[in-house]
Amino acid sequence: MSGPIVHLAGVSKRYGSISALDSADLLIERGELLAVVGPSGSGKSTLLNIIGTLARPTAGSLEIDGYDVAGLSDRELSALRARTIGFVFQQFHLAPGVPALDIVADGLLYGGKQRGYRRREAERALRRVGLGHRLQHLPHQLSGGEQQRVAVARAVLGDPPLLMADEPTGNLDSVSGAAVMDLLRELHGGGTTVVIITHDRDIASVLPREVRLKDGKIAEEVRR
Amino acid sequence: MSAPRLKPARMWPADVIRVGGYGLRSRPLRGILSALGIAIGIAAMVGVVGISASSAHEIERRLSAFGTNLLTVSPGQSFGDEPVHLPDTAIGMITAIPGVESVSAVGRTEARIYRNDHIPERQTGGIIVYAARTDLPSVIRSRTAVGAWLTEATGRYPTVVLGSAAASSLAVIETGPDSLVWLGGRWFTVVGILAPNDLISDFDYGAFVGWPEARAQLAFDGHPTTIYTRAAESAVTTVQPLLGATANPEDPGEVDVSRPSDALAAKQETEKTLRALLLGLGGVALLVGGVGVANTMVISVLERRSEIGLRRSLGATRGQIRTQFLAEALLLSLLGGLGGVVLGIGITAIFATAQSWSTVVPAWAMAGGILATLFIGGLAGFYPAVRAARMPPTEALANP
Repeated sequence: MSGPIVHLAGVSKRYGSISALDSADLLIERGELLAVVGPSGSGKSTLLNIIGTLARPTAGSLEIDGYDVAGLSDRELSALRARTIGFVFQQFHLAPGVPALDIVADGLLYGGKQRGYRRREAERALRRVGLGHRLQHLPHQLSGGEQQRVAVARAVLGDPPLLMADEPTGNLDSVSGAAVMDLLRELHGGGTTVVIITHDRDIASVLPREVRLKDGKIAEEVRR
Repeated sequence: MSAPRLKPARMWPADVIRVGGYGLRSRPLRGILSALGIAIGIAAMVGVVGISASSAHEIERRLSAFGTNLLTVSPGQSFGDEPVHLPDTAIGMITAIPGVESVSAVGRTEARIYRNDHIPERQTGGIIVYAARTDLPSVIRSRTAVGAWLTEATGRYPTVVLGSAAASSLAVIETGPDSLVWLGGRWFTVVGILAPNDLISDFDYGAFVGWPEARAQLAFDGHPTTIYTRAAESAVTTVQPLLGATANPEDPGEVDVSRPSDALAAKQETEKTLRALLLGLGGVALLVGGVGVANTMVISVLERRSEIGLRRSLGATRGQIRTQFLAEALLLSLLGGLGGVVLGIGITAIFATAQSWSTVVPAWAMAGGILATLFIGGLAGFYPAVRAARMPPTEALANP
């Protein structure tokens, strides 16, 4: 499918009287790698939730992968997330006591594929992130960097065109963080659109595109 | 719009069960404890039903062994002081009633029986000495555990047959010429010991002497005190009202007619009432168990907000989240229910074996137990599941 993967036009999000995001316009083409930066409270998380279709805008129009989100029911949004969007969170969100292979396989749990297929895909994804030797390890047996790579493998299972990463290196030391960033860059190289939400300007400054948020508004954009 | 319609994929049933079991796998102790509540309730209910079914089975067995067609006739109370007797002709008259199959009788004597001649006179042990006809065992369906019943020959000599309890209180365990008891001031030889009779338990404390010997040696007046009548099964209800007038035509009101099996049947009725009460108590236990499961589920939903958020971000619909928590509650209850049924069968088996009954647990009790747990589980899981499904994904993913 052609056309932009994400298109926000005058999108606002209000929580009661507080404006978290104020008429944001943003166009993300397929295959882009970009950073959304800003201090805490600038509306980064709100933007992530809206692009990730986890929250609906209070005003403006939003199109994801050609779908007008306002016209979709909650069930349809769930289906959109299942096949179009992968998420990586700062806290990894790995189920304790579940082997890495099964955690990753759950990335396709709601995609209607059989368990055998999901596990085969999961093994492939874990090898792709360099964890082929850690298939049966439990989360607490893995380092922080390895845990985040498991989370990335889960997010990209089924090859969603859009990957949203929320502070993916926030809980990691610089070496593990760099490894995760390399991995995200590699996925981008494979054609996935990668959106990285971060407050770390060093990370943002090396990416091809940077969207800077301030007080719920898109303050400026930098392209390199 | 050119894009195809979005439709969430259905989960495979195996996946629904696997995801439903996730909470149980990650916190097994909590799961087991909350399932235990259900298990206790179900075990109580299955146990109550099982024990009463085993008991009813036992009563049925006794009823069919001793028959429900036995009728007894005995002298009633008179208004005056003089003792009431059944006429000597009563046995013959009753035999002539159509539908009567067999008739026998005993006569109560005032004689006392002791282990030996050194026992003080007051220590009778509550044993009653009866004059008995030789055809008595065939009518009341008693059999001897040791030795043999009185015959025309032994009934003319100082011989005695003891009831089971009487034999043990007199410390008699065998029969024969060396087995003697002190009866009515002379030695009697024990020729037989009866097996317990559930229908006429008075006879367990009885000692039986031949009719002629009782008249000759024990000052027995020859009047029967109880007449035992077997009627044809189909004729019991027609024979019963005739017995009084037939036994004592001059004074039918002074005759008591009864049907010993009525007592066993009444016992069965009483147990049914008791069973309903105990079942109610088991139901309360089950309800408490259900509240335990509901409590566990509510806490579980609150604790697992981030898991719910993650699943929503992976594409789970509200319905799939609801199904997951409902399945978890059902699984917990089912686990408890199965454990409870096994426990209930165990309790029944132990109790029944201790009473030397056969163990009977009706299939409907087991199936009903499992169904009840599924119902309770569904009820307990419904509200937490709805709450989990309603949780907005952003709130669920927010940092704790």
